[in-house]
Amino acid sequence: MGFDQYHEPPGELPSATRTFARLCASLTEEAEAIGWYEQRLAVEGDAEAQAVMRDAMGEEYKHFCMDLEFLLRRTPAWQQVARGILFQGGDIVENGERAEAATFEDGGTSAGAAAGDGSLGIGSLRGGAR
Amino acid sequence: MNHLLRDVAPISETGWALLDQEARERLTPALAARKLVDFSGPHGWQHSATNLGRVSRLPSEPCAGVSGHQRRVLALVELRAEFDLSRAELSDADRGADDVDLEPLDLAAHQIATAENVAVFNGWDGALRGIAELTPHEPLTLGEGADGYPRRVASAVERLLASGITGPYGLALGPAQYRRVIETAEHGGYPLLEHLAKILEGPIVWAPGVEGAVVMSIRGGDFLLDCGQDLSIGYRSHDAEVVSLYLEESISFHVGTPEAAVVLLP
Repeated sequence: MGFDQYHEPPGELPSATRTFARLCASLTEEAEAIGWYEQRLAVEGDAEAQAVMRDAMGEEYKHFCMDLEFLLRRTPAWQQVARGILFQGGDIVENGERAEAATFEDGGTSAGAAAGDGSLGIGSLRGGAR
Repeated sequence: MNHLLRDVAPISETGWALLDQEARERLTPALAARKLVDFSGPHGWQHSATNLGRVSRLPSEPCAGVSGHQRRVLALVELRAEFDLSRAELSDADRGADDVDLEPLDLAAHQIATAENVAVFNGWDGALRGIAELTPHEPLTLGEGADGYPRRVASAVERLLASGITGPYGLALGPAQYRRVIETAEHGGYPLLEHLAKILEGPIVWAPGVEGAVVMSIRGGDFLLDCGQDLSIGYRSHDAEVVSLYLEESISFHVGTPEAAVVLLP
């Protein structure tokens, strides 16, 4: 069984960082799966098989987005950069440069989740109640 | 550096990580409203008002032939809970101590979470209008015995359905009522918590600041907590012994569908 989502010894990592790494690994896997389905669909000639795989790819879209949302909620600086790029229209690279500058304009390199605006990154708790 | 002034506090990166994690752990169980209402944001410290989509006609005209309407908005309010920590305790945390006294932070976290719940469920005079203030439904009464809770909660759900409010539904329980629910098993040993969950088809949350309970639809689109700055720890001042900090957030709360909640009094 592999634990290669950890780049540092797991025993030295805080629990929150291990969770963060797991979700990063999951995000990577979902992105890979989307790429694989895209390739399979490009070569599959059977319409029924295509429909099944297209449905499966939709699941991967959902999983990817859920992973990403989790990571952004726990990482305010990342979330702030994402706000400047995602769903914005216009030039992606220019949006990226602007979002990066706006987030780190103070040269801030504060530690952990507090990076960026200092928020605790709690946000909505819907779905995790009780 | 932003207005929280964290970079000038005499606190190491390890110390800030400890404080942020402790605050998260203390806040998350108590932030009941965020488990039931829609959440928008965080939109940042400079976000000052929530759009209501409404206008008021201005009584005068700047010149002949031109009328004016003024936008009506819901101003955000800033909540702040201040606390002091021992610098010696924070130094011990830097040395690796795992039993650092953070009780003042824990208390402040509970206070500000309670304040958010009170603002959402009860309202905050002069600042925000809460669910209990605005719902047109007459409140029901829970009564002393937890055995009667399923019937009362079912009545509240039926009342919502009769008003065209679909589920799933959530239940915010005051601490006293929550304790009664979790310590009660009905005839046959079936946990009361599970029975209530089946009626609601939604979450049951512990809600400090609530007295009694609130049954509400969680289908979305009925209640909006609009957040400017999400909960954050900021720095005030320090001396040789103590560092003074605060927990802060800026929020507004808007009830779009007042009939989507029923209050149950203790």
